[in-house]
Amino acid sequence: MRIARMLVLGLVALVAAGPAAAQMSDGVIKIGVLNDQSSLYADLAGQGSVVAARMAVEDYGAEKKGLKVEIVSADHQNKPDVGSQIARQWFDADKVDVIVDVPNSGVALALNQIARDKGKALLVSGAATADLTGKACSPNTIHWTYDTWALANGTGNAIVKTGGDTWFFLTADYAFGHALERDTEAVVTKAGGKVLGKVRHPLNTQDFSSFLLQAQASKAKIIGLANAGGDTTNAIKQGSEFGIVRGGQNFAGLLVFITDVHALGLPTAQGLILTETFYWDMNDKTRAFAKRFAERDRGIHPTMIHAGVYSAVTHYLKAVEALKSDDGTKVIAKMKDTPTDDPLFGKGTIRPDGRKVHPAYLFEVKKPTESKGAWDYYKLRATIPTEQAFRPVDQGECPLVKK
Amino acid sequence: MNTQALFSQLLIGAINGAFYALLSLGLSVIFGLLNIINFAHGAQYMMGAFAAYFLLQWAGLGYWTALLVAPVVVGLLGILIERTMLKWLYQLDHLYGLLLTFGVALVIEGVFRNEFGSSGLPYTIPPQLTGAYNLGFMFLPIYRGWVVLFSLVICLATWYVIERTKLGAYLRAATENPTLVQAFGINVPRMITLTYGFGVALAALAGVLAAPIYQVNPLMGSNLIIVVFAVVVIGGLGSIMGSIVTGFALGIVEGFTKVFYPEASNTVIFVIMALVLLVRPSGLFGRTT
Repeated sequence: MRIARMLVLGLVALVAAGPAAAQMSDGVIKIGVLNDQSSLYADLAGQGSVVAARMAVEDYGAEKKGLKVEIVSADHQNKPDVGSQIARQWFDADKVDVIVDVPNSGVALALNQIARDKGKALLVSGAATADLTGKACSPNTIHWTYDTWALANGTGNAIVKTGGDTWFFLTADYAFGHALERDTEAVVTKAGGKVLGKVRHPLNTQDFSSFLLQAQASKAKIIGLANAGGDTTNAIKQGSEFGIVRGGQNFAGLLVFITDVHALGLPTAQGLILTETFYWDMNDKTRAFAKRFAERDRGIHPTMIHAGVYSAVTHYLKAVEALKSDDGTKVIAKMKDTPTDDPLFGKGTIRPDGRKVHPAYLFEVKKPTESKGAWDYYKLRATIPTEQAFRPVDQGECPLVKK
Repeated sequence: MNTQALFSQLLIGAINGAFYALLSLGLSVIFGLLNIINFAHGAQYMMGAFAAYFLLQWAGLGYWTALLVAPVVVGLLGILIERTMLKWLYQLDHLYGLLLTFGVALVIEGVFRNEFGSSGLPYTIPPQLTGAYNLGFMFLPIYRGWVVLFSLVICLATWYVIERTKLGAYLRAATENPTLVQAFGINVPRMITLTYGFGVALAALAGVLAAPIYQVNPLMGSNLIIVVFAVVVIGGLGSIMGSIVTGFALGIVEGFTKVFYPEASNTVIFVIMALVLLVRPSGLFGRTT
């Protein structure tokens, strides 16, 4: 009896245990990087986003310009409640002025409301849900790097056009997966395709075999993966075991990061088509950034989320310097008024709904023979120009946009 | 849902059950003799997978060698932990063993995560076991079939050794009354050490089996061990056959949940756990103490 109790106690400890909470400090301009630092999204955001934020502050020359900037970071463990608690602590007690990154749409949506209530700033790079600039849009939030609409529009369209007109979705069962599935389904149906079925799996699933069998039985040409990180790599890896591709079906990785491709290895990942807004090997500036970044983040090359954090922090500092204030609502308004310009995304703008816009790119993962080595993974299939890359501003139902 | 699909899900469930069975078996063996609830089990499972990866990357030794070598290496590391730390705790409350092994697990996982990140590393299926059989009702990857058969053999062999051989009789006797067994001239401390090493080696073996299916990932252990502990709570600690049967059975239950109500597939085992605790607090096969 006691042992059973002990076991259950231990179980609770296992479930609840996570790395230490927020690292605290105080300062003038305080940037909080909040993301998953220990689980399935830790490589594609994680410490890399902290590195990217630091690099942005250093490159901006904040110190020379007399701006005192501090960066704190914490792990939200992919739990909206944990994330909200840290955010409140940061905003209320630790004088954090802006929170950046926040992958995991569930956490991002929760923070979106908190930042709005407290008049602080939220710069989202990691989270995907297009609702952040749709129904949930806020005068305190900018959605920087990509979103579910852009992914669906890029990858979904390209695949339907090349004959992939019947789909089965494997969807991560939370805000992000639902949004990505919804947006992709819309694209597929609009382009004349059909969705034959879908299954929703819990976040961070190890074994996909059961779901893959269901997908196989559906006879859909395309198995759309509306998930990310470890979930995507596990599904693709196990899919090759079950002969998905040999059986004539294909995967559509709707959100695949370069770290996922690296984890899968090219023999498994080759031929995948994916949409990103940044790739490290695009021009001299991105290559230089990647080189410096990799030295500081265990050799990992920057994902688009990392690049987005860098770009967002750079623009934030610009706005703060111009305004001479770090009031969240005012800074976000100023950021929207000012055109963006940075070495990674080039020139761009931020729309009234909080959507930062720039081109998106459709990449194909190289064959092992085409790759020159680790991290040389993508070849460009198409560039989606800025005007077409994101959901038109009038279709998002964002209350901030005047009709 | 037709019977064919049902049958294939049954098989898939059994494959996952094989991992639960192997891991909960190791936990049961260790608890039976050492009275230690080994919370480092998940980390040791993960180390098994990493050992296989290292053997391939650094020494060019493939899957089959890893299947032998990795459990031995990780088992030896386990013995080191037992000799230097665990052995001081046998006389104390279970809580101390729990805290120590839990701490060890966090340290090991933290180190691996720092070194290798969270995305995992690729490990391919050995060439002899690639491909799949078409069973008519489903497409069975040969490797998965191998996992079920192999772990079933290991489980039954372990059960046989402990329940039906002289060595096993010593083990069981030492569990009941170590002082008396020692009086008969049997080196009980060494037996305890080797048993822990064996339990850990079972975890590492499961890790090697898992490497080609999942990514070799620092987090693979903590993802699985929570479920395995629930399996152990349901089956009851200390019963060898109990942990094997429960492992396979819960794998199958989970498999069916993935078909009928996939959203709950992560939680179903815990729901069962809560129910079992209400009705039979010592588990389905557990000793009532």
